[in-house]
Amino acid sequence: MTADKAIDDNTSPPEAPEAAKPSGIRALLIEVASMTQFSGRFFKEAFLPPYEINEFLKQSYLIGNKSLPLVGITAFIMGLVFTMQSQPTLAKFGATSWLPAMVSVAMIREISPVITALICAGKVGSGIGAELASMRVTEQIDAMEVAGNRPFNYIVVSRISAAILMVPLLVIFADGIALIGSFIGVNLSGHTSFNVFFGHVFNKLDFIDVFPAFVKTFFFGFAIGMISCYKGYNSNEGTEGVGRAANSAVVLASLAIFIIDMIAVQVSNLFN
Amino acid sequence: MQTTTDIKPQTAADANTSEEEVVHIEHLKKSFGSHEVLKDVTLHLNKGENLIVMGKSGTGKSVLIKCMVGLMDPDAGSISIFGQSIPDLNEKELNEVRKKIGFLFQSAALYDSMTVRENLEFPLRDNKEMNGEEKTKMVEEVLNNVGLIDAIDKMPSELSGGMRKRIGLARTLIQRPDIILYDEPTTGLDPITSREISHLIVDIQKKYGSAALVITHDLDCARITGNRVILLNEGLVIAEGTYDELENSHDERVCDFFK
Repeated sequence: MTADKAIDDNTSPPEAPEAAKPSGIRALLIEVASMTQFSGRFFKEAFLPPYEINEFLKQSYLIGNKSLPLVGITAFIMGLVFTMQSQPTLAKFGATSWLPAMVSVAMIREISPVITALICAGKVGSGIGAELASMRVTEQIDAMEVAGNRPFNYIVVSRISAAILMVPLLVIFADGIALIGSFIGVNLSGHTSFNVFFGHVFNKLDFIDVFPAFVKTFFFGFAIGMISCYKGYNSNEGTEGVGRAANSAVVLASLAIFIIDMIAVQVSNLFN
Repeated sequence: MQTTTDIKPQTAADANTSEEEVVHIEHLKKSFGSHEVLKDVTLHLNKGENLIVMGKSGTGKSVLIKCMVGLMDPDAGSISIFGQSIPDLNEKELNEVRKKIGFLFQSAALYDSMTVRENLEFPLRDNKEMNGEEKTKMVEEVLNNVGLIDAIDKMPSELSGGMRKRIGLARTLIQRPDIILYDEPTTGLDPITSREISHLIVDIQKKYGSAALVITHDLDCARITGNRVILLNEGLVIAEGTYDELENSHDERVCDFFK
Protein backbone atom coordinates (compact mmCIF):
# COMPACT_ATOMS: atom_id res chain seq x y z
CA MET A 1 0.00 0.00 0.00
CA THR A 2 1.31 3.48 -0.81
CA ALA A 3 2.70 5.96 1.66
CA ASP A 4 0.05 8.44 0.57
CA LYS A 5 -2.65 6.07 1.57
CA ALA A 6 -1.06 5.59 4.94
CA ILE A 7 -1.91 9.21 5.77
CA ASP A 8 -5.58 8.40 5.38
CA ASP A 9 -5.35 5.26 7.45
CA ASN A 10 -6.50 6.97 10.58
CA THR A 11 -10.01 5.72 11.13
CA SER A 12 -10.49 5.51 14.88
CA PRO A 13 -9.16 2.18 16.03
CA PRO A 14 -11.40 0.48 18.55
CA GLU A 15 -9.91 0.40 22.02
CA ALA A 16 -6.45 1.49 20.85
CA PRO A 17 -4.28 1.14 23.93
CA GLU A 18 -2.83 4.35 25.36
CA ALA A 19 0.53 2.65 25.94
CA ALA A 20 1.03 2.33 22.19
CA LYS A 21 1.04 6.12 21.71
CA PRO A 22 4.50 7.68 21.47
CA SER A 23 5.32 10.61 23.71
CA GLY A 24 7.92 13.35 24.21
CA ILE A 25 10.58 13.97 21.58
CA ARG A 26 9.58 10.87 19.63
CA ALA A 27 5.98 12.08 19.32
CA LEU A 28 7.22 15.52 18.24
CA LEU A 29 9.49 14.06 15.56
CA ILE A 30 6.69 11.81 14.29
CA GLU A 31 4.38 14.84 14.14
CA VAL A 32 6.96 16.89 12.21
CA ALA A 33 7.59 14.00 9.78
CA SER A 34 3.89 13.50 9.32
CA MET A 35 3.32 17.22 8.64
CA THR A 36 6.19 17.23 6.14
CA GLN A 37 4.64 14.26 4.37
CA PHE A 38 1.26 16.03 4.40
CA SER A 39 2.85 19.18 2.89
CA GLY A 40 4.62 17.06 0.28
CA ARG A 41 1.34 15.49 -0.68
CA PHE A 42 -0.23 18.95 -0.99
CA PHE A 43 2.46 20.12 -3.45
CA LYS A 44 2.18 16.87 -5.38
CA GLU A 45 -1.61 17.02 -5.73
CA ALA A 46 -1.88 20.79 -6.15
CA PHE A 47 -0.20 20.65 -9.56
CA LEU A 48 -1.99 17.55 -10.82
CA PRO A 49 -5.41 17.67 -12.51
CA PRO A 50 -8.29 17.64 -11.91
CA TYR A 51 -8.24 21.11 -10.33
CA GLU A 52 -10.97 21.92 -7.83
CA ILE A 53 -11.50 25.47 -9.11
CA ASN A 54 -15.04 25.90 -7.76
CA GLU A 55 -14.12 24.68 -4.28
CA PHE A 56 -10.97 26.84 -4.34
CA LEU A 57 -13.03 29.95 -5.23
CA LYS A 58 -15.63 29.10 -2.59
CA GLN A 59 -12.97 28.67 0.11
CA SER A 60 -11.19 31.87 -1.02
CA TYR A 61 -14.46 33.76 -0.67
CA LEU A 62 -15.16 32.24 2.74
CA ILE A 63 -11.66 32.93 4.09
CA GLY A 64 -11.55 36.48 2.73
CA ASN A 65 -15.12 37.41 3.50
CA LYS A 66 -15.14 35.94 7.02
CA SER A 67 -11.93 37.68 8.04
CA LEU A 68 -12.41 41.01 6.30
CA PRO A 69 -14.38 42.88 9.01
CA LEU A 70 -12.17 41.68 11.87
CA VAL A 71 -8.96 42.39 9.95
CA GLY A 72 -10.26 45.82 8.94
CA ILE A 73 -11.30 46.89 12.46
CA THR A 74 -8.08 45.57 14.01
CA ALA A 75 -5.88 47.26 11.39
CA PHE A 76 -7.69 50.58 11.80
CA ILE A 77 -7.27 50.51 15.61
CA MET A 78 -3.62 49.44 15.29
CA GLY A 79 -2.84 52.35 12.94
CA LEU A 80 -4.71 54.84 15.10
CA VAL A 81 -3.28 53.71 18.46
CA PHE A 82 0.26 53.29 17.19
CA THR A 83 0.20 56.84 15.82
CA MET A 84 -1.33 58.35 18.98
CA GLN A 85 1.19 56.60 21.23
CA SER A 86 4.21 57.50 19.08
CA GLN A 87 3.26 61.14 18.57
CA PRO A 88 4.20 62.51 22.07
CA THR A 89 7.61 60.77 22.00
CA LEU A 90 8.46 62.07 18.54
CA ALA A 91 7.21 65.53 19.53
CA LYS A 92 9.83 65.67 22.34
CA PHE A 93 12.55 65.37 19.69
CA GLY A 94 10.76 67.67 17.24
CA ALA A 95 10.43 64.77 14.80
CA THR A 96 6.66 64.56 14.32
CA SER A 97 7.17 64.97 10.58
CA TRP A 98 8.72 61.50 10.68
CA LEU A 99 5.51 59.99 12.03
CA PRO A 100 3.90 58.91 8.70
CA ALA A 101 7.14 57.28 7.54
CA MET A 102 7.74 55.53 10.86
CA VAL A 103 4.19 54.22 11.12
CA SER A 104 4.10 53.04 7.52
CA VAL A 105 7.42 51.18 7.76
CA ALA A 106 6.43 49.55 11.06
CA MET A 107 2.98 48.64 9.82
CA ILE A 108 3.92 47.33 6.38
CA ARG A 109 7.12 45.53 7.36
CA GLU A 110 6.02 43.89 10.54
CA ILE A 111 2.88 44.72 12.48
CA SER A 112 0.24 44.42 9.81
CA PRO A 113 1.42 41.08 8.28
CA VAL A 114 1.92 39.43 11.67
CA ILE A 115 -1.30 40.68 13.28
CA THR A 116 -3.37 39.85 10.17
CA ALA A 117 -1.84 36.38 10.01
CA LEU A 118 -2.56 35.84 13.71
CA ILE A 119 -6.18 36.89 13.21
CA CYS A 120 -6.44 34.46 10.28
CA ALA A 121 -4.82 31.71 12.35
CA GLY A 122 -7.49 32.24 15.00
CA LYS A 123 -10.49 32.68 12.76
CA VAL A 124 -9.68 30.62 9.68
CA GLY A 125 -7.39 28.05 11.33
CA SER A 126 -9.88 27.09 14.02
CA GLY A 127 -12.70 27.00 11.46
CA ILE A 128 -10.85 24.69 9.07
CA GLY A 129 -9.51 22.51 11.91
CA ALA A 130 -12.95 22.02 13.45
CA GLU A 131 -14.72 21.55 10.11
CA LEU A 132 -12.33 18.88 8.85
CA ALA A 133 -12.19 17.10 12.20
CA SER A 134 -15.97 17.07 12.28
CA MET A 135 -16.02 15.64 8.74
CA ARG A 136 -13.56 12.97 9.88
CA VAL A 137 -15.62 12.07 12.97
CA THR A 138 -18.86 11.82 10.98
CA GLU A 139 -17.09 9.65 8.37
CA GLN A 140 -17.68 12.19 5.57
CA ILE A 141 -14.02 12.06 4.55
CA ASP A 142 -14.11 8.26 4.59
CA ALA A 143 -17.25 8.38 2.44
CA MET A 144 -15.43 10.48 -0.17
CA GLU A 145 -12.44 8.15 0.05
CA VAL A 146 -14.43 4.95 -0.53
CA ALA A 147 -16.31 6.54 -3.42
CA GLY A 148 -12.93 7.19 -5.09
CA ASN A 149 -13.48 10.98 -4.95
CA ARG A 150 -9.99 11.99 -3.72
CA PRO A 151 -10.97 13.96 -0.59
CA PHE A 152 -7.43 15.27 -0.15
CA ASN A 153 -7.63 17.13 -3.42
CA TYR A 154 -11.16 18.41 -2.85
CA ILE A 155 -10.86 19.34 0.83
CA VAL A 156 -7.20 19.99 1.62
CA VAL A 157 -5.67 21.34 -1.59
CA SER A 158 -8.50 23.82 -2.12
CA ARG A 159 -8.31 25.17 1.45
CA ILE A 160 -4.52 25.49 1.63
CA SER A 161 -4.43 27.17 -1.82
CA ALA A 162 -7.19 29.56 -0.76
CA ALA A 163 -5.30 30.48 2.42
CA ILE A 164 -2.10 31.06 0.41
CA LEU A 165 -3.99 33.46 -1.87
CA MET A 166 -6.20 35.24 0.66
CA VAL A 167 -3.78 35.96 3.54
CA PRO A 168 -1.55 38.23 1.38
CA LEU A 169 -4.66 40.01 0.03
CA LEU A 170 -5.94 40.52 3.58
CA VAL A 171 -2.53 41.89 4.60
CA ILE A 172 -2.61 44.44 1.74
CA PHE A 173 -6.10 45.43 2.85
CA ALA A 174 -4.92 45.69 6.48
CA ASP A 175 -1.94 47.85 5.40
CA GLY A 176 -4.27 50.32 3.69
CA ILE A 177 -6.74 50.49 6.59
CA ALA A 178 -3.91 50.85 9.16
CA LEU A 179 -2.52 53.83 7.22
CA ILE A 180 -5.97 55.42 7.14
CA GLY A 181 -6.18 54.85 10.92
CA SER A 182 -2.79 56.48 11.28
CA PHE A 183 -3.86 59.46 9.14
CA ILE A 184 -6.89 59.98 11.39
CA GLY A 185 -4.64 59.61 14.47
CA VAL A 186 -2.31 62.34 13.18
CA ASN A 187 -5.26 64.64 12.56
CA LEU A 188 -6.71 64.17 16.04
CA SER A 189 -4.02 66.40 17.51
CA GLY A 190 -3.16 68.59 14.57
CA HIS A 191 -3.78 69.04 10.90
CA THR A 192 -2.01 67.16 8.14
CA SER A 193 -3.53 66.93 4.68
CA PHE A 194 -4.16 63.58 3.02
CA ASN A 195 -1.68 64.36 0.23
CA VAL A 196 1.10 65.39 2.64
CA PHE A 197 0.58 62.35 4.87
CA PHE A 198 0.59 59.81 2.07
CA GLY A 199 3.35 61.69 0.26
CA HIS A 200 5.59 61.10 3.30
CA VAL A 201 4.48 57.48 3.51
CA PHE A 202 5.34 56.59 -0.08
CA ASN A 203 8.54 58.66 -0.16
CA LYS A 204 10.02 56.68 2.71
CA LEU A 205 8.89 53.21 1.68
CA ASP A 206 11.52 51.22 -0.23
CA PHE A 207 11.29 48.03 -2.23
CA ILE A 208 13.13 46.27 0.61
CA ASP A 209 10.37 47.35 3.03
CA VAL A 210 7.51 46.09 0.92
CA PHE A 211 8.74 43.03 -0.99
CA PRO A 212 9.98 40.75 1.85
CA ALA A 213 6.94 41.69 3.92
CA PHE A 214 4.67 40.71 1.03
CA VAL A 215 6.50 37.46 0.26
CA LYS A 216 6.36 36.23 3.85
CA THR A 217 2.57 36.55 3.87
CA PHE A 218 2.36 33.70 1.34
CA PHE A 219 4.27 31.54 3.81
CA PHE A 220 1.92 32.68 6.58
CA GLY A 221 -1.04 31.63 4.44
CA PHE A 222 0.53 28.27 3.68
CA ALA A 223 1.31 27.64 7.37
CA ILE A 224 -2.25 28.52 8.46
CA GLY A 225 -3.87 26.39 5.75
CA MET A 226 -1.51 23.46 6.04
CA ILE A 227 -1.50 23.19 9.85
CA SER A 228 -5.25 23.59 10.24
CA CYS A 229 -5.97 21.09 7.45
CA TYR A 230 -3.42 18.66 8.88
CA LYS A 231 -4.91 18.84 12.36
CA GLY A 232 -8.49 18.50 11.14
CA TYR A 233 -7.87 15.87 8.47
CA ASN A 234 -5.92 13.64 10.85
CA SER A 235 -8.18 14.06 13.86
CA ASN A 236 -9.11 10.65 15.22
CA GLU A 237 -10.31 11.08 18.76
CA GLY A 238 -14.06 11.34 18.27
CA THR A 239 -15.97 14.50 19.17
CA GLU A 240 -13.31 15.44 21.73
CA GLY A 241 -10.85 15.49 18.84
CA VAL A 242 -12.85 18.23 17.06
CA GLY A 243 -12.16 20.76 19.81
CA ARG A 244 -8.59 19.55 20.13
CA ALA A 245 -8.00 19.89 16.38
CA ALA A 246 -9.36 23.46 16.34
CA ASN A 247 -7.32 24.42 19.38
CA SER A 248 -4.04 22.90 18.25
CA ALA A 249 -4.52 24.34 14.74
CA VAL A 250 -4.63 27.86 16.20
CA VAL A 251 -1.74 27.35 18.62
CA LEU A 252 0.58 25.69 16.09
CA ALA A 253 -0.30 28.10 13.26
CA SER A 254 0.38 31.10 15.55
CA LEU A 255 3.72 29.62 16.56
CA ALA A 256 4.56 28.93 12.92
CA ILE A 257 3.79 32.57 12.04
CA PHE A 258 6.35 33.84 14.58
CA ILE A 259 8.96 31.33 13.41
CA ILE A 260 8.42 32.23 9.74
CA ASP A 261 8.58 35.93 10.66
CA MET A 262 11.87 35.42 12.48
CA ILE A 263 13.35 33.58 9.48
CA ALA A 264 11.99 36.22 7.08
CA VAL A 265 13.69 39.02 9.05
CA GLN A 266 17.02 37.18 8.91
CA VAL A 267 16.69 36.51 5.18
CA SER A 268 15.64 40.09 4.32
CA ASN A 269 18.52 41.47 6.41
CA LEU A 270 20.91 39.52 4.18
CA PHE A 271 19.70 41.61 1.21
CA ASN A 272 19.73 44.90 3.13
CA MET B 1 -40.47 3.14 -10.92
CA GLN B 2 -40.73 1.50 -7.52
CA THR B 3 -40.76 3.43 -4.28
CA THR B 4 -40.48 2.16 -0.72
CA THR B 5 -44.22 2.23 -0.35
CA ASP B 6 -44.49 -0.17 -3.31
CA ILE B 7 -41.99 -2.61 -1.83
CA LYS B 8 -43.74 -5.82 -0.88
CA PRO B 9 -42.41 -7.77 2.09
CA GLN B 10 -39.89 -10.21 0.67
CA THR B 11 -36.68 -11.78 1.77
CA ALA B 12 -33.31 -12.10 0.11
CA ALA B 13 -33.85 -15.85 -0.21
CA ASP B 14 -36.00 -15.09 -3.26
CA ALA B 15 -33.12 -13.40 -5.05
CA ASN B 16 -30.93 -15.08 -7.66
CA THR B 17 -27.34 -15.54 -6.60
CA SER B 18 -24.48 -17.16 -8.50
CA GLU B 19 -21.44 -19.13 -7.45
CA GLU B 20 -19.07 -16.57 -8.98
CA GLU B 21 -16.98 -15.07 -6.17
CA VAL B 22 -16.65 -11.28 -6.15
CA VAL B 23 -14.92 -11.04 -2.77
CA HIS B 24 -12.50 -13.51 -1.28
CA ILE B 25 -10.90 -12.91 2.11
CA GLU B 26 -8.45 -15.34 3.62
CA HIS B 27 -6.86 -15.45 7.09
CA LEU B 28 -7.37 -11.75 7.66
CA LYS B 29 -5.72 -10.34 10.78
CA LYS B 30 -5.83 -6.83 12.21
CA SER B 31 -4.61 -5.54 15.55
CA PHE B 32 -4.55 -2.16 17.27
CA GLY B 33 -1.55 -2.17 19.56
CA SER B 34 -1.79 -5.34 21.60
CA HIS B 35 -5.52 -5.68 20.95
CA GLU B 36 -6.17 -8.30 18.26
CA VAL B 37 -9.47 -7.34 16.64
CA LEU B 38 -9.50 -9.75 13.69
CA LYS B 39 -7.64 -12.97 14.52
CA ASP B 40 -8.32 -15.10 11.48
CA VAL B 41 -11.22 -14.28 9.20
CA THR B 42 -11.88 -16.18 6.00
CA LEU B 43 -14.99 -15.54 3.95
CA HIS B 44 -16.24 -15.13 0.42
CA LEU B 45 -19.09 -13.23 -1.21
CA ASN B 46 -20.78 -14.49 -4.35
CA LYS B 47 -22.19 -12.37 -7.16
CA GLY B 48 -25.71 -11.19 -6.38
CA GLU B 49 -25.61 -12.57 -2.84
CA ASN B 50 -26.44 -10.82 0.43
CA LEU B 51 -23.98 -11.96 3.08
CA ILE B 52 -24.71 -10.98 6.66
CA VAL B 53 -21.86 -10.58 9.15
CA MET B 54 -23.14 -10.62 12.71
CA GLY B 55 -21.38 -10.49 16.04
CA LYS B 56 -21.17 -8.64 19.33
CA SER B 57 -19.80 -5.09 19.49
CA GLY B 58 -16.00 -4.97 19.25
CA THR B 59 -15.67 -8.23 17.30
CA GLY B 60 -14.21 -6.38 14.34
CA LYS B 61 -17.14 -6.28 11.92
CA SER B 62 -16.62 -2.65 10.92
CA VAL B 63 -12.84 -3.13 10.83
CA LEU B 64 -13.43 -5.99 8.38
CA ILE B 65 -15.28 -3.84 5.83
CA LYS B 66 -12.90 -0.91 6.31
CA CYS B 67 -10.04 -3.27 5.41
CA MET B 68 -12.02 -4.33 2.35
CA VAL B 69 -12.16 -0.78 0.93
CA GLY B 70 -8.62 0.14 1.91
CA LEU B 71 -9.55 2.51 4.74
CA MET B 72 -7.43 0.32 7.00
CA ASP B 73 -4.45 -1.86 6.17
CA PRO B 74 -4.68 -5.47 7.36
CA ASP B 75 -1.74 -6.89 9.32
CA ALA B 76 -1.89 -10.22 7.52
CA GLY B 77 -4.07 -12.22 5.15
CA SER B 78 -5.46 -11.47 1.74
CA ILE B 79 -8.43 -9.47 0.46
CA SER B 80 -9.33 -10.02 -3.13
CA ILE B 81 -12.15 -8.09 -4.81
CA PHE B 82 -12.92 -8.87 -8.46
CA GLY B 83 -9.65 -10.80 -8.44
CA GLN B 84 -7.58 -7.77 -7.38
CA SER B 85 -5.59 -7.88 -4.17
CA ILE B 86 -6.68 -4.74 -2.30
CA PRO B 87 -3.62 -4.27 -0.04
CA ASP B 88 -1.31 -4.42 -3.08
CA LEU B 89 -3.05 -1.75 -5.16
CA ASN B 90 -1.71 1.77 -5.56
CA GLU B 91 -4.03 4.71 -4.89
CA LYS B 92 -5.20 5.08 -8.49
CA GLU B 93 -5.95 1.36 -8.89
CA LEU B 94 -7.66 1.31 -5.51
CA ASN B 95 -9.91 4.22 -6.50
CA GLU B 96 -10.95 2.32 -9.64
CA VAL B 97 -11.96 -0.72 -7.54
CA ARG B 98 -13.68 1.55 -5.02
CA LYS B 99 -15.94 2.90 -7.77
CA LYS B 100 -17.40 -0.61 -8.10
CA ILE B 101 -18.09 -0.76 -4.37
CA GLY B 102 -20.80 1.13 -2.54
CA PHE B 103 -20.44 1.80 1.18
CA LEU B 104 -23.35 2.78 3.40
CA PHE B 105 -21.92 4.14 6.64
CA GLN B 106 -23.62 3.64 9.98
CA SER B 107 -24.16 7.40 10.25
CA ALA B 108 -24.95 7.65 6.50
CA ALA B 109 -22.03 10.15 6.34
CA LEU B 110 -23.93 12.71 4.26
CA TYR B 111 -21.90 15.81 3.39
CA ASP B 112 -23.59 18.31 5.68
CA SER B 113 -22.53 21.40 3.74
CA MET B 114 -24.31 20.14 0.61
CA THR B 115 -27.97 19.63 -0.31
CA VAL B 116 -29.31 16.14 -1.02
CA ARG B 117 -28.94 16.82 -4.76
CA GLU B 118 -25.30 17.90 -4.35
CA ASN B 119 -24.63 14.89 -2.11
CA LEU B 120 -25.88 12.57 -4.82
CA GLU B 121 -24.09 14.39 -7.64
CA PHE B 122 -20.78 14.38 -5.78
CA PRO B 123 -19.76 10.78 -6.62
CA LEU B 124 -20.48 11.51 -10.31
CA ARG B 125 -18.24 14.57 -10.52
CA ASP B 126 -15.40 12.65 -12.22
CA ASN B 127 -17.75 11.01 -14.70
CA LYS B 128 -17.00 12.87 -17.94
CA GLU B 129 -19.27 10.59 -20.00
CA MET B 130 -22.43 12.02 -18.43
CA ASN B 131 -23.69 15.56 -18.98
CA GLY B 132 -25.50 17.64 -16.37
CA GLU B 133 -28.94 16.59 -17.58
CA GLU B 134 -28.09 12.90 -17.39
CA LYS B 135 -26.69 13.35 -13.90
CA THR B 136 -29.87 15.11 -12.77
CA LYS B 137 -31.96 12.30 -14.26
CA MET B 138 -29.88 9.73 -12.42
CA VAL B 139 -30.18 11.62 -9.13
CA GLU B 140 -33.96 11.70 -9.53
CA GLU B 141 -34.05 8.01 -10.43
CA VAL B 142 -32.14 6.85 -7.32
CA LEU B 143 -34.16 9.20 -5.12
CA ASN B 144 -37.33 7.67 -6.53
CA ASN B 145 -35.92 4.23 -5.78
CA VAL B 146 -35.49 5.10 -2.12
CA GLY B 147 -38.80 7.00 -2.02
CA LEU B 148 -37.37 10.43 -1.22
CA ILE B 149 -37.66 12.50 -4.37
CA ASP B 150 -39.31 15.30 -2.36
CA ALA B 151 -36.14 15.74 -0.28
CA ILE B 152 -33.98 16.61 -3.28
CA ASP B 153 -33.30 20.22 -2.25
CA LYS B 154 -33.16 19.68 1.50
CA MET B 155 -30.06 19.91 3.65
CA PRO B 156 -29.00 16.78 5.60
CA SER B 157 -29.78 18.58 8.88
CA GLU B 158 -33.44 18.70 7.83
CA LEU B 159 -33.70 14.91 7.46
CA SER B 160 -34.68 12.25 10.00
CA GLY B 161 -32.41 9.29 10.79
CA GLY B 162 -34.29 6.96 8.44
CA MET B 163 -34.30 9.53 5.66
CA ARG B 164 -30.55 10.08 6.07
CA LYS B 165 -29.99 6.32 5.74
CA ARG B 166 -32.05 6.23 2.56
CA ILE B 167 -30.25 9.22 1.06
CA GLY B 168 -26.94 7.56 2.02
CA LEU B 169 -28.17 4.46 0.21
CA ALA B 170 -29.20 6.53 -2.81
CA ARG B 171 -25.72 8.09 -2.91
CA THR B 172 -24.25 4.59 -2.81
CA LEU B 173 -26.53 3.41 -5.63
CA ILE B 174 -25.79 6.30 -7.96
CA GLN B 175 -22.44 4.77 -8.89
CA ARG B 176 -24.20 1.51 -9.82
CA PRO B 177 -21.91 -0.55 -7.58
CA ASP B 178 -21.44 -4.29 -8.07
CA ILE B 179 -20.91 -4.74 -4.34
CA ILE B 180 -22.57 -2.78 -1.53
CA LEU B 181 -21.17 -2.79 2.00
CA TYR B 182 -23.73 -1.88 4.66
CA ASP B 183 -22.35 -0.89 8.06
CA GLU B 184 -25.20 -1.41 10.54
CA PRO B 185 -27.93 -0.11 8.22
CA THR B 186 -30.72 -0.27 10.82
CA THR B 187 -28.89 0.91 13.94
CA GLY B 188 -30.61 3.80 15.70
CA LEU B 189 -33.87 3.43 13.76
CA ASP B 190 -37.33 2.51 15.05
CA PRO B 191 -38.58 -1.04 14.22
CA ILE B 192 -40.85 0.10 11.39
CA THR B 193 -38.17 2.17 9.66
CA SER B 194 -35.64 -0.63 10.27
CA ARG B 195 -37.93 -3.06 8.49
CA GLU B 196 -38.41 -0.59 5.62
CA ILE B 197 -34.64 -0.25 5.22
CA SER B 198 -34.24 -4.04 5.33
CA HIS B 199 -36.82 -4.50 2.60
CA LEU B 200 -35.16 -1.73 0.62
CA ILE B 201 -31.87 -3.65 0.79
CA VAL B 202 -33.61 -6.74 -0.63
CA ASP B 203 -35.30 -4.65 -3.30
CA ILE B 204 -31.95 -3.16 -4.33
CA GLN B 205 -30.40 -6.63 -4.50
CA LYS B 206 -33.12 -7.71 -6.90
CA LYS B 207 -33.29 -4.56 -8.96
CA TYR B 208 -29.54 -3.95 -9.36
CA GLY B 209 -28.28 -7.54 -9.01
CA SER B 210 -25.55 -6.29 -6.70
CA ALA B 211 -23.86 -8.39 -4.05
CA ALA B 212 -23.95 -7.05 -0.51
CA LEU B 213 -22.13 -7.55 2.74
CA VAL B 214 -24.32 -6.39 5.60
CA ILE B 215 -22.86 -5.77 9.03
CA THR B 216 -25.64 -5.87 11.58
CA HIS B 217 -26.74 -6.73 15.12
CA ASP B 218 -30.36 -6.63 14.08
CA LEU B 219 -31.75 -10.18 13.84
CA ASP B 220 -34.81 -8.96 11.94
CA CYS B 221 -32.59 -7.26 9.36
CA ALA B 222 -30.42 -10.38 9.04
CA ARG B 223 -33.45 -12.59 8.56
CA ILE B 224 -35.01 -10.36 5.91
CA THR B 225 -31.89 -9.44 3.93
CA GLY B 226 -29.50 -12.38 4.25
CA ASN B 227 -28.91 -15.25 1.82
CA ARG B 228 -26.11 -16.43 4.09
CA VAL B 229 -25.03 -15.43 7.60
CA ILE B 230 -21.59 -15.43 9.21
CA LEU B 231 -21.17 -15.04 12.95
CA LEU B 232 -18.00 -13.39 14.27
CA ASN B 233 -16.84 -13.88 17.81
CA GLU B 234 -13.61 -12.48 19.24
CA GLY B 235 -12.15 -11.95 15.77
CA LEU B 236 -12.96 -15.43 14.48
CA VAL B 237 -15.72 -16.83 12.27
CA ILE B 238 -17.54 -19.25 14.54
CA ALA B 239 -20.57 -20.13 12.41
CA GLU B 240 -21.77 -19.89 8.84
CA GLY B 241 -25.04 -20.87 7.19
CA THR B 242 -28.50 -19.62 6.39
CA TYR B 243 -30.35 -17.60 9.01
CA ASP B 244 -32.57 -20.59 9.85
CA GLU B 245 -29.57 -22.91 10.22
CA LEU B 246 -27.86 -20.55 12.65
CA GLU B 247 -31.07 -19.88 14.54
CA ASN B 248 -31.46 -23.62 15.11
CA SER B 249 -27.78 -24.22 15.90
CA HIS B 250 -26.84 -26.13 19.05
CA ASP B 251 -23.57 -24.22 19.48
CA GLU B 252 -23.86 -22.33 22.76
CA ARG B 253 -22.16 -19.18 21.42
CA VAL B 254 -24.52 -19.08 18.43
CA CYS B 255 -27.58 -19.79 20.59
CA ASP B 256 -26.60 -16.92 22.92
CA PHE B 257 -26.64 -14.51 20.01
CA PHE B 258 -29.97 -15.66 18.57
CA LYS B 259 -31.83 -15.75 21.91
